Amino acid sequence: MDHKWSMVVDLDRCTGCEACVVACRAENNVPTAGEDEAARGRVIHWIRVERYWEGEFPNPRVRFRPVLCQQCDAAPCEPVCPTYASYHTPEGLNAQIYNRCIGTRYCGNACPYTVRYFNFFNPVWDKPLHLQLNPDVSIRQVGIMEKCTFCVQRIKAAEIQAKAEKRDLIEGEFTTACAQACPPKALVFGDLNDPQSEVSRLNRSNRATKLLEEVGTRPSVTYLERGTWRGEKT
Amino acid sequence: MVMNRDDIARLNEDLLRPLFRTSGRFYWAALILALIVIVALAAWGYQLWAGFGVAGLNRPVYWAFYITNFVFWIGISHAGTLISAILRLANARWRRPVTRCAEVITVFALMIGASFPVIHLGRPWLAFWLFPYPSERRIWPNFRSPLVWDFFAITTYLTGSTTFLLLPIIPDWALVRDKAKGWRRKLYSVLALGWRGTPRQWSRLETAMHIMAVAIIPVAVSVHTIVSWDFAMAPVPMWHSTVFGPYFVAGAIFSGIAALILAMAILRKVLHLEDYLTPLHFDNLGKLLLMMSLFWLYFIVAERLTVWYGNETSEMAVYWPTQRGPFAPLYWTMIGCNFLVPFIILSIKQLRTVAGTVVASSTIVVGMWIERFLIIVPPLERKYLPFAWGTYHPRPVEIIITAGTFAAMALLYLLFVKFVPIISIWELKAGVRQESVVPIPASLLRAPDLIESPSPSGLTRGPAGFSREVS
Ligand code: SF4
Ligand code: SF4
Repeated sequence: MDHKWSMVVDLDRCTGCEACVVACRAENNVPTAGEDEAARGRVIHWIRVERYWEGEFPNPRVRFRPVLCQQCDAAPCEPVCPTYASYHTPEGLNAQIYNRCIGTRYCGNACPYTVRYFNFFNPVWDKPLHLQLNPDVSIRQVGIMEKCTFCVQRIKAAEIQAKAEKRDLIEGEFTTACAQACPPKALVFGDLNDPQSEVSRLNRSNRATKLLEEVGTRPSVTYLERGTWRGEKT
Repeated sequence: MVMNRDDIARLNEDLLRPLFRTSGRFYWAALILALIVIVALAAWGYQLWAGFGVAGLNRPVYWAFYITNFVFWIGISHAGTLISAILRLANARWRRPVTRCAEVITVFALMIGASFPVIHLGRPWLAFWLFPYPSERRIWPNFRSPLVWDFFAITTYLTGSTTFLLLPIIPDWALVRDKAKGWRRKLYSVLALGWRGTPRQWSRLETAMHIMAVAIIPVAVSVHTIVSWDFAMAPVPMWHSTVFGPYFVAGAIFSGIAALILAMAILRKVLHLEDYLTPLHFDNLGKLLLMMSLFWLYFIVAERLTVWYGNETSEMAVYWPTQRGPFAPLYWTMIGCNFLVPFIILSIKQLRTVAGTVVASSTIVVGMWIERFLIIVPPLERKYLPFAWGTYHPRPVEIIITAGTFAAMALLYLLFVKFVPIISIWELKAGVRQESVVPIPASLLRAPDLIESPSPSGLTRGPAGFSREVS
């Protein structure tokens, strides 16, 4: 059975703790930029937690929205790449083939979610982070784009394991690093083609929306919008 | 006007002088320009060595100065070939001294413009992957990508415009060959490709030039349309616009004519070509520039008004910063440079002089650079999700490389003038004769009539038969 990998982000649950950001950094060998370069907009984080403030002091409200590559079905980043480095896999993921990337950064402009990150320098890790690199994930050199892969190394590992054991993948057998790390379980990862899966169930929620749906990218990430707070005026 | 032997001698002398005599000023100018180019190349080398981060680009502004320069120079390249082809096809008589200095702008501006997509690459050493060559990986370039269309459009245009430039140079190189001695004679013998000025050669040259003039026009229009599609094809607010194709083409011709006027004014002054590049040429080109300025205004109004009226949230986030936000100073400077100043100067006959058109052209070149910048950067700064907005500031590397391109253009032009008569001598001579013999139908003035006749002075091998005709 074909899989349709999908993620659901429950904005009602997200506390903005950024555990997902840290977990992703560790899992995917995302380099650190340092203070100065981060201030220049060179920081890389495959998942970021966007913060939007509403209201005035003393009653400000902050809304968190974790944003990662939406693995669009009609991804604007794919056709613009002159070398097929941004590529649609048979499983419907948007893959970035580092070796093919020549660094035009066109995909970064075309992506409406601004989730594609360019390597402005060769990667560095502050000590002792260099000791914890994940051997399953390649390191990206200067001059190429990178972005969230839906932890494709975990997907592949699970698929290979299942194939070796001559069985189908089991729901919950594996998940992405961010979903695994999320304390309030705001992130749920799974197979949308399995109607029994958690993501399928959540996708049927009446709170389910897509981010920037009007751009027509058909994202694979679903956001469960936040309800109003008790006593909150909208 | 009747041309006799003295006139021919003076013409040859005037127009060949830069090839045979080199002043100290030339060496100084070449040296200074070459130094600037070398510094710019060193800046690029530094960017390669230290990492792309030494430029001011960031997320979300992934394209800025380099792509601005790319679009700007490709735009400049539209003067030459396009203007020259149209004037040739329309058989505008005053074109004769103008065509070559226009055509050469195209070739050099294209070379400079085409280098920017490479300079801006994260891994420029792999730029050849855009080329559809059979490789062991068995992967084609992605033909759906506007960057690949760019690659094909620009290589086609460069090939075409180089041919278009070189064809009419052949008889002039033959003339230089016949007048030169020593190493020059050897060099120009090779360059002249065995030109003897036989009727067959003239007729072939005429046919080839005619074909090129017709073929190059659609190519030129398509090139800047495709450049505009680099932006219009991406779903970025205020990039994704159907008006971009014609808007870019109009802007390209506009900035191209301005560059041509500047080049002509400098040539006129430095090479003492006052008798050849006359106020009439500047007046005519000034009128053309005025028309293009109005076209440009029309397009920017069409673009801005529809966006404003549509009032879409994501587009307005880009629109207002350019009208009265941080980009407003640049925006209104652009309006002044591209419309107000040129419009006032060029629409008043008394101001449409050499000096007047030069002032207008200078502001237009500046204004059009700003225009390209404003098309590229503000939309990238404010793309959809406000949390991911950013700002862009150029860093020294980008500024040095940008300055270097202007020096490179000047240097290439300078060297070109040393090796090629910048005014097409044979066309000028043919033109003088054509104008003096009115009753002859145009068809007879075609190639066979331009046959070389034993020229009185024995110096020219071009169409030197005018004294016979007019007597
Ligand atoms: S979110 Fe952006 S990077 Fe991810 S698939 Fe969609 S367009 Fe491409
Ligand atoms: S780990 Fe979960 S709760 Fe924390 S920021 Fe990420 S999505 Fe929100």
